[in-house]
Amino acid sequence: MRLPNWISSHLAALRAILVFTVLLGLAYPLLMVAVGKIPGLSDKANGSLIERDGTVIGSSLIGQSFTDTDGDPLVRYFQSRPSAAGDGYDPLSTSASNLGPESIVDELPDPADPESGSASLLTDVCSRSLAVGELEGVDGSRPYCTPGGVGAVLGVFYSDGLTGDVTRVVSLNEDCATTPTPFTATFEGVAVECARFGEDYAEAILTPVRGDAPDDPAVPADAVTASASGLDPDISPAYAELQIPRIARERGTDEATVRSLVDEHTTGRFLGFMGEPAVNVLELNLALDETFGEK
Amino acid sequence: MSSTTAGIIFIVAMIAAIVAVHKPLGDYMHRVVTREKDRAVERWIYKLVGVKSDVEQTWGGYARSVLAFSAISIFFLYGFQRLQEHLPLSNDMVGVPAALAWNTSVSFTTNTNWQAYSGEAAMGHLVQMAGLAVQNFVSAAVGIAVAVVLVRGFARKLTDKLGNFWVDIVRISIWVLLPISIIAAAVLIIGGAVQNLDAGTASDTLNGAGQTITGGPVASQEVIKELGTNGGGFYNVNSAHPFENPTSWTNFIEIFLILCIPFSMPRLFGRLVGDKRQGLAIAAVMAVMAIISVGLIFGFENWADGTVPSAVSAAMEGKDVRFGIPNSATFGAITTLTSTGAVNSFHDSYTAMGGGMTMINMMLGEVAPGGVGAGLYGMLILAVMTVFIAGLMVGRTPEYLGKKIGAREMKLASLYFLTTPFLVLVGTATSMSFTENRESMQEAGPHGLSEMLYAFTSASNNNGSAFGGFNANTDWYNTALGLCMLFGRFLPIILVLALAGSLAKQRRIPASAGTLPTHKPLFVGMVVFTTLILVALTFLPVLALGPIAEALF
Repeated sequence: MRLPNWISSHLAALRAILVFTVLLGLAYPLLMVAVGKIPGLSDKANGSLIERDGTVIGSSLIGQSFTDTDGDPLVRYFQSRPSAAGDGYDPLSTSASNLGPESIVDELPDPADPESGSASLLTDVCSRSLAVGELEGVDGSRPYCTPGGVGAVLGVFYSDGLTGDVTRVVSLNEDCATTPTPFTATFEGVAVECARFGEDYAEAILTPVRGDAPDDPAVPADAVTASASGLDPDISPAYAELQIPRIARERGTDEATVRSLVDEHTTGRFLGFMGEPAVNVLELNLALDETFGEK
Repeated sequence: MSSTTAGIIFIVAMIAAIVAVHKPLGDYMHRVVTREKDRAVERWIYKLVGVKSDVEQTWGGYARSVLAFSAISIFFLYGFQRLQEHLPLSNDMVGVPAALAWNTSVSFTTNTNWQAYSGEAAMGHLVQMAGLAVQNFVSAAVGIAVAVVLVRGFARKLTDKLGNFWVDIVRISIWVLLPISIIAAAVLIIGGAVQNLDAGTASDTLNGAGQTITGGPVASQEVIKELGTNGGGFYNVNSAHPFENPTSWTNFIEIFLILCIPFSMPRLFGRLVGDKRQGLAIAAVMAVMAIISVGLIFGFENWADGTVPSAVSAAMEGKDVRFGIPNSATFGAITTLTSTGAVNSFHDSYTAMGGGMTMINMMLGEVAPGGVGAGLYGMLILAVMTVFIAGLMVGRTPEYLGKKIGAREMKLASLYFLTTPFLVLVGTATSMSFTENRESMQEAGPHGLSEMLYAFTSASNNNGSAFGGFNANTDWYNTALGLCMLFGRFLPIILVLALAGSLAKQRRIPASAGTLPTHKPLFVGMVVFTTLILVALTFLPVLALGPIAEALF
């Protein structure tokens, strides 16, 4: 019996899918799993795990948070970058922040529910910079940030909408509940107000204020931005350098000793031009523990 | 060396690598698709599939096979995901919800690999390797096969026979995609990409909080994801994940894998039509647009314009340290110039113009160099439109490669060109009209529109990358974007096959003094300008409301 054309072609399609599934979906990946068992490759195929005293302490490719249970930095360790993966460096929920370059206005918390609201990327950057500056004893100020560590963004109301005289100015990220005195007293002669939850500022023109922070802040870029993977194992040499005095102090040694450990765990550009120099934080911190003891 | 200099050398090295490989790889693919005799393993597969390999199909027969194969693929993948909890190696993942499973199976079958799910949270190892990754191979093979059919349409005369679909996809899968994947996967494992079947390893971490180090057949999936310009990551963060892309040099290899087949297709084309210069001209059009685009995104990201990048002093949000800004920007450009959509940095956090350029790359129709196969047939459509416009200027019947471009050919080419803009603009406008759909936008103002526009552009062009802040995992977007992927893939394919059918029936007219030479720099320039003008006319208004407004603000 001859099947109608359209049935036979779908039947062939089904059989083709099954053949491809066996060949490309099972044989090929399993062959590669077998290749991954070859001595020399097996450590890598299994995730570059690092063991200490017989227990797995992590992977040299996967970053970790070096913070305590409250989320405060463990000062004896080099700190990783901010991470948007779960509560930070969670390989089970990898993510970037996905916040845009003009994410500059915070959602203020509802006074009835202090957990609500969310920070804009700009405020994240400002508050991280301030915190890192404080931890490392350097100036944490940045352009477009208030001294209090939120985004310096004014909502300016004009008499004719987009043009005309300034009628009202609100510092959008400074909540009256926490920051009643805005970072700047006046804007074009009009007193600046703090922002209140629930007020509608949609008509205001967003006006970021540059301030007088240096163009090239003391806290490096990678220290204030979340990575792509949320698992970034590396920090820039600049961020490592910033942390050296603290580590030397906490570990009771001199900066030169710590710096030589940092150098040992810094990878340059491959062939001199691929990627960027990077310091592997977990390996560096393990080396610190090994050299100076775990506490 | 400064970061910018190193980034420029990286791009130059990539160009050198592609220039070196496009001839041998193109020649090799030419041998694979033109070889007369079947190999033993092929005969064995045709027997299992139950098809005759010596019967050539008409364009209609070929199209029916493509559609049957893709329809069965969608159903198979849908069932696979829905039933995953009952299958081995599911890592305790539950069955995927219906709307998401539909979206994902369409996404992988159409070579889009849009991901409304998070790999490590939704898909077990078996679904990843035996479901999703199989489509990475065969959807790529379908794209290449359709491009080959269009080229046969130009190369053949007075026939309605255009090849055999089953022969084409079997040969492309097992002789082109599979061998390169095996070698490249081994190389990635050397770099540190994982390849095992473990559910995950508990680790203590230095602070004692603990961490699960995930496992999986990652390397094998990573290479075909790039090589087949698919882009669906094993993990949520895709090629930014250190287990998918562990080092700066694996990053180079992954970009190379994305580009090697699309840039070799013009060589295959030149060989098939018997004039290598024609292939070189098409490759030149692709290269000109690609280099301009890579340069612009590279420049915009290094320039770091915008409030947050200025505050940071670099566009470092959503980028990993080992790649840095230059190599991340290069990857972002390449992934959107092709239909890949894999990412090693997150486009939502790019500068307004850098992110806007990734969108424009896709709006070009992904032809520079485009997806595997899809890039070549898209580019040949644009070449056809160019000779038509040139023909109108001098009042001659336009011809390309000895074939007359008549009313029927122009209708098919125009419909092809209009399909994706229609899906993108109507999809975005419809979604914008409903309040609940607007809630998926993470940010207010122009960036929110960019997020939504990006989603529809990516789905309709079968790219698969996203402005990730956008919540696309709702019933509306899973359905609507699924339809965009489906129509964005198969309407153009049907039109291309129909065009091939109508070209193959014609006789070949010899070139005369009045024929526009299509292998000279003049023609290369004309195709580039035609493409830019058509795309600008279509998308400039909506771009002005999105990325351009954001950049000016």
